[in-house]
Amino acid sequence: MTSTAPARQLLDGCAAITESAIAAGCRFFAGYPMSPFTGLLENMSRRLPEVGGHCLNAESELEAVNMALGAAAAGARAATGSCGQGLALMQEAIAELALNELPLLVVNMARNQQDYFQATRGGGWGDYRTITLAPKDVPEAVEHTQLLFHLADRYRAPVILYGDPLIAQTHVSVDVAARDFDPLPPKDWALDGTSGGTGHSRQIWTWAMGKVSAPGPGPDRHWRAVAAKFDQIAHDEARSEAYRIDGAETVIVAFGSAALFAEHVVDELREDGHRIGLFRPVTLWPFPAADLAAATRDARRVLVFELNAGQMLDDVRQFAHDRDTVRFIGGVSIHASGLSYGPLLDVAPIRSRILEAVA
Amino acid sequence: MTEVPRLVARDRPELILGDHGLCPGCGEPVALRILLEVLEELDIVRRSIGVVGHGCYGSFVQIMDVEVLQCLHGRAPSCATGIKRVRPDTVVFTMQGDGDMVNEGLQEVLHTAARGENVTCILLNNGVFGDTGGHQTATTVVGQRTKTSLDGRNPETHGYPIPVADLVASLAGVSYVARGAVSTAGGVARTKRMLQTAFEHQLAGDGFGLVEILTMCPTGWFVPAGSGPDYLTGSLEAAYPLGELSLRERA
Amino acid sequence: MSRGTVSIDVERCKGCDLCVQACPPKVLEMSVAVNEMGYRYPILHDGCTGCTACQLVCPDFVFKVFRFDSR
Repeated sequence: MTSTAPARQLLDGCAAITESAIAAGCRFFAGYPMSPFTGLLENMSRRLPEVGGHCLNAESELEAVNMALGAAAAGARAATGSCGQGLALMQEAIAELALNELPLLVVNMARNQQDYFQATRGGGWGDYRTITLAPKDVPEAVEHTQLLFHLADRYRAPVILYGDPLIAQTHVSVDVAARDFDPLPPKDWALDGTSGGTGHSRQIWTWAMGKVSAPGPGPDRHWRAVAAKFDQIAHDEARSEAYRIDGAETVIVAFGSAALFAEHVVDELREDGHRIGLFRPVTLWPFPAADLAAATRDARRVLVFELNAGQMLDDVRQFAHDRDTVRFIGGVSIHASGLSYGPLLDVAPIRSRILEAVA
Repeated sequence: MTEVPRLVARDRPELILGDHGLCPGCGEPVALRILLEVLEELDIVRRSIGVVGHGCYGSFVQIMDVEVLQCLHGRAPSCATGIKRVRPDTVVFTMQGDGDMVNEGLQEVLHTAARGENVTCILLNNGVFGDTGGHQTATTVVGQRTKTSLDGRNPETHGYPIPVADLVASLAGVSYVARGAVSTAGGVARTKRMLQTAFEHQLAGDGFGLVEILTMCPTGWFVPAGSGPDYLTGSLEAAYPLGELSLRERA
Repeated sequence: MSRGTVSIDVERCKGCDLCVQACPPKVLEMSVAVNEMGYRYPILHDGCTGCTACQLVCPDFVFKVFRFDSR
């Protein structure tokens, strides 16, 4: 068994994300099984030891994220994840990572609803945000994985890769070679023991009080600085895709796999003469507000399609050019097993909801 | 001729950078001092990383000249696991109170021990949540009065304390478990040797180590500062016998 | 003649009395005066053996302990 994988392979999303993470230098992973995230844990479990890394099947999600936090504190590129239900247990630690200014990739293989609120509003405490990238397919997930490791290190913050059962379990031919990114400063803040006994021993502490011999900024200044950092990120890191927006009087707004289906329906309806396009937030946070406003400037209707009871809907209403044009055409749609999306994620129902709204 | 006396004991190691603000008669600073003395004497300070939980001892991160990650309540053993796995040449320890380790973090310490992670967990056990003002923990002993067991811990309503060191000693993957107390001079000296032994096991790669240190908390026990040692001996030691715990036979 | 002696950082002391209790020859006694924090502090009488019991139990790192090797 070789320890390096060939660059282009037919892989399912979990395997592809694994290879992409390894190409990015990820050498620590901890997770707790939960479908469809489990494939990521399985792949990491097999591959990380082959490249000198560590994968731990943690005894709970709490432990998984805190193990990963420790690895990140020691300077490793580390990752963890779960489905939304398991991510709920990790919220405190994600907030802690943000206030500790520690980089970590957290993968949400959201399994039966699109977990927009959890990713963008968070459930931890404090003024923190998580850069969240929502790929629409496996090739984009491969790109996003490496980009997220870069962003996590660049901004010293936890970040989220937002996936779902289709991305996790669909096989696609992908190129998982390492991508190039701008150089990053060395992690001189990372714990390695060597500054012990110097009077300036390193400290990772959300209250940032430092040592009596080398005082830190303290919680007030530190937390303000962290909040200001996220304001800057909001300004600089929003990403979106506008598909066939030119001349569109109807704009669909969707993300992730829902956007993949919506894109197909847009093509069909364009064939039929409808002036319709798709606006796809690629970052769920920062929400691409300015891009959405521009894309919806001439739209008569803005139709939000998401697989939940209306979560991204709030942000679309807030930032679309004209709030009164926004309508919700998504909904809760759960597969009978409870573990995946239901019948709404399909071309026919999406098409019929759009046509109903257009009529 | 005036003889110059020879120094036989310093007030504190250089690794303690300043004074602490803990209560008169608190046992936790004594535990800190012997821990740092051991790191110094074993010459491992420049490769040590501490993971400190939440409690009165949390303020020690400001005065201990050792690299520290201050972590979420109860989670120190998991964070220690991550650190040690990616930096196996460091010496990794946790410092946690009973509320942190045995209440919030019981699963963390048990799983970390069972996995045989090569880290050393240090439990500062005073049977009370001192930092929040004196509340019952999983190690509060029967009869002990706290603000949430006003008439004394009663098994019928409050159940029984958990001897975590005994639970840990029953697991394979564990290399050393001991209980000391800092209530007497002899106890302090013996506890320091326990810490040294525990770190020697980590350096040898033997697996998980736990040193439980009974500490005085006169404030949380509602006794005068000077009565802490007697209270510890009379109440906590009965529930938590001192000494090295024998480990389960490995298969 | 004392075989040992201690230096006492009076201003660090919080008056807990543990040193007085721990001292085997009973040569420590709490003061009447108080330090800047308002606590009484230990005073050393003759007869110290330099055994370090006080230094071992002190939570506030008040004591340095010395021995006279000729005694």
